[in-house]
Amino acid sequence: MVRYFKKIMHFLLLFSRQGRLRLQKWFTPTPEREKKKIIRDMTAMVLARKPKTCNFLHWMDLKVVYKRYASLFFCLAIDDQENELLALEILHRYVELLDKYFGNVCELDIIFNFEKAYFILDEFLIGGEVQETSKQTVARCIEASDMLQEVKHTHTLAHMLIL
Amino acid sequence: MSPSVRLQEMIRVIRSARTQGEERGVIQRECAAIRAQFRQADNGGRSHNLAKLLYVHMLGYPAHFGQMECVRLIASPRYNEKRVGYLGAMMLLDENQDASLLITNSIKNDLAHSSQYVQSLALCTLACMGSAEMCRDLAPEIDRLLRASSSYIKKKATLCAVHIVRKVPELGELFTPAARALLAEKNHGVLHGAVILITELCERNAQTLVQFREAVPELVHIMRGLVTSGYSPEHTVAGISDPFLQVRILRLLRILGRNNDTASDAMNDLLAQVATNTDSSKTAGSAVLYETVLTVMDIKSESGLRVLAVNILGRFLLNNDRNIRYISMTSLQKIVSTDHNAVQRHRGTIVDCLKDQDASVKRRALELSLALVSAINIRSMMKELLLFLSTCPPELKSHAASVTVIPLRQAGADVRDETVPNLIQLITNASQLHCYTVHKLYRALVADISQQPLVQVACWCIGEYGDSLLQGDCEETEPIQVTEDDILDALETVLQSHMSSPATRGFALTATMKLSTRITENVDRIRSIVSIYGSCMDVELQQRAVEYNALFKKYDHMRAAVLEKMPVMDRSSMGQTNGESGGGGVQELEPTKPKQPEMMVAPQPASQVGGGEGGGGHGF
Repeated sequence: MVRYFKKIMHFLLLFSRQGRLRLQKWFTPTPEREKKKIIRDMTAMVLARKPKTCNFLHWMDLKVVYKRYASLFFCLAIDDQENELLALEILHRYVELLDKYFGNVCELDIIFNFEKAYFILDEFLIGGEVQETSKQTVARCIEASDMLQEVKHTHTLAHMLIL
Repeated sequence: MSPSVRLQEMIRVIRSARTQGEERGVIQRECAAIRAQFRQADNGGRSHNLAKLLYVHMLGYPAHFGQMECVRLIASPRYNEKRVGYLGAMMLLDENQDASLLITNSIKNDLAHSSQYVQSLALCTLACMGSAEMCRDLAPEIDRLLRASSSYIKKKATLCAVHIVRKVPELGELFTPAARALLAEKNHGVLHGAVILITELCERNAQTLVQFREAVPELVHIMRGLVTSGYSPEHTVAGISDPFLQVRILRLLRILGRNNDTASDAMNDLLAQVATNTDSSKTAGSAVLYETVLTVMDIKSESGLRVLAVNILGRFLLNNDRNIRYISMTSLQKIVSTDHNAVQRHRGTIVDCLKDQDASVKRRALELSLALVSAINIRSMMKELLLFLSTCPPELKSHAASVTVIPLRQAGADVRDETVPNLIQLITNASQLHCYTVHKLYRALVADISQQPLVQVACWCIGEYGDSLLQGDCEETEPIQVTEDDILDALETVLQSHMSSPATRGFALTATMKLSTRITENVDRIRSIVSIYGSCMDVELQQRAVEYNALFKKYDHMRAAVLEKMPVMDRSSMGQTNGESGGGGVQELEPTKPKQPEMMVAPQPASQVGGGEGGGGHGF
C-alpha cells in the first residue's frame, strides 16, 4: 500500500464516461500495479455517482474531488486536510487553460494531443502544487515553449522571449 | 509529412480497432516498430517514437523498454527531444527505478542552461520524481535559483525546494533564509510558492515555526492587499483576487497562529475582515471563506470571531450549491463537541438537510443531528430522525439503526414524561424500521438497563417485534443469534432489577406477555413469570399479572387477538399528549385493525395509546 505523505494533491486522472483513461498525473511515487488498481477503483466510484450528488468522495484516507466537463471526468485526489472547494477551482482552472489552448476543447483534443495536455498541466502544477495563479502567464509560457519546438537547436534559445 | 502526424495516425489506427484483441495486435506491431527505432541511431523522429510509446503506456500496456530512451532524449541538445524525454521520465520513471538516477546529471546541466524553458523542464521533473539522493545532490543548485533568477524560474525553484524538503527534511535549513526573502516578492506565482515553502518548513521544524511567527504582520499586509484590491485581469476569479494565494496564506496563518496568543491576536482583525467582505456567491469566494473558518477555529481567536465563523458555516448550509452545504456539514461535525452551543443554534437548518437530495449531505446531516440530540430536544429530533429513516436511501439504513439508540442514550434519564410514548408511536408508524430497531434496542438493553426511557422503549419494541428478533436476520445490521430464552432472560432481568422503576417493570411484564403469542417453545416460562407477579407487592404490577394470568387461563381463545401487533396510531387518537404536533411528521400507514374481543381484559383498550395519567406512563 502506498503511504501518502502530506501534500496537497496526490494524483490527477482524466477519463471518459466509458472509463477510458485520457491523462494520469501522479504526485507520489506509486508502483505500476497500484496505479492500475487505483485507476480502476476511481473510475468505478466516480462513474457510479448519481447526477445530483456533491463533487466530493472519500477514498482511503484521501478526499477525491471530481467534476465532469463534457464527456470527460476530471478527478483529483487531495489530502484529507485540504480545501475541497479550492480543489474544484484547480480543476476548473486546468479546464480553462486547455480550453484557451485548444479553443473549445473537447475529448478528442486531449486524446490526439495528450502530450500537449501534459505540457499545459506542467506549467500550471508542479510537484502536486499550483505554480502559477495567473491564467494569462501560463498561456504565454506554453505558447513560447511551443515556438521553441520549432527551432532546431537549443543554443539559439537564449534569444527567445524571457517571461 | 510532419512527424507529429505519425503519432496521431497511430492513435487513429488504435482507436479504430473494433475489439480488444485487434487493439492488442496493433499495439504489439507498433511497439515492435518503436523498439526497432530506439535501437537505431538518431533519425530525427526519436521524440515521436517515445510519444507513441507514452500513449500506448496510458492505455495500460507495458512500456518499461522506453526508460533508457527517456534518458537519452533528456540528454539531447534539441528542445523538442528534451521536452518529450522529460515527459517520459515523469511518466515512466519514479524514484524506485534505477534508471532515474541516470538523469541526475542531465538535470544538473539543464538547471544551469541558458534557456529558461530548459531549466523549467529540469525543475519540473525534479519536483515530480526526484529521489532523496537526487534531491541532496541538487539542493544547492535549487537554492541558487531561488535567489537569483527570473520570476518564471523562481516560482518553479520554490516548489522544487518544497519537494526536496518533503523528501529530505534536514535540507529545510538550507532553504529557510531564501524562503524568508521571497515573501517580499510581488509576483503572485513566486509568492504562492514561497508561502507553500514556508508552510512546509514550519510544519517540520518547531524553531523555524517560531522564527516565521515574526512574519505574521507581513502576511497580514499581503492578505489585506489582496482582499482590498480591485479587479485584476491576471488574478481575479469570480470577483476574488487570487483565491489560490489567499487560501495558502490563510493556511500558513493558521499554522503560525495555532497555540499562540500573540500571533492569533495579530491576525484577528484581518480574519474578521476577510470573513465579512468575501463574496461567497461563487466557489472561489466560498473556498476562501471556508479556509478562513478553518483558520479561525484552529487558532486562539476571540469568541466573537468564532461565532462569526460558525455563522458562516450556518449560512453555507442554506447555499444552493450542494458542495458548499456538504463541506459546511463536515466542518460543523468537527467543531460540534468544542462549540456545541454555537452549532445548536443551527440545528433547524441541519435537520432540514436530512431532506436534502444529495446522499452525502444527508449522511452528514444524520451524523450531525445525532450529535445534537439532547434531553430538551429529543422529541422533535426523534420525530425528524425517524421520518428520515423511513425515506432514507438503502445505503444509509445501516447508520440509521443507531438513530434510535443514540438519542435515547444521550438524553439519558432526563426526558419528559410523554417522550417515551411519543417515541413508541413514531417507531410503530415506521414499519420498515421495526426489524433493526428491535435489534439495536435489544443489544442496548442487554448492555445496560439503567436508563429508564431507553429500557422502556426497548421492552416495548421487544414485546411487539420479538419475532423479528428471533429470526435473527435483518439486512441492516449484523446477524445475531437470539434465542427465546435470551429474550426472556433480558426481560426478566429488567423485571427483577432494583434499577427499574415501577413503570419500567410494567413495560417489561407486558412485553413478556405479548411474547406469548410471538414465540413458540417457551410459553410455559412466560406463564410462570406472569403467575409469580400475581403476588407482587407492587399493586400495578400485581393487577397486570392477575389479568394476564386470566388471559392464559379463562380467555386463552382471545389471547392471540388481544396481543396482536399494534396498529398504526392515528395522531388524532393521541388524546393525552398535549397537542405538541410536529406538523406532518407522522407517517400514516395502512392500519391493521385488530379483532375487537367482546370483553376487554387489559386495563387500557388495545387501540388507545397510553399517554399516562401522570407519574410514569402505563404500558398497554
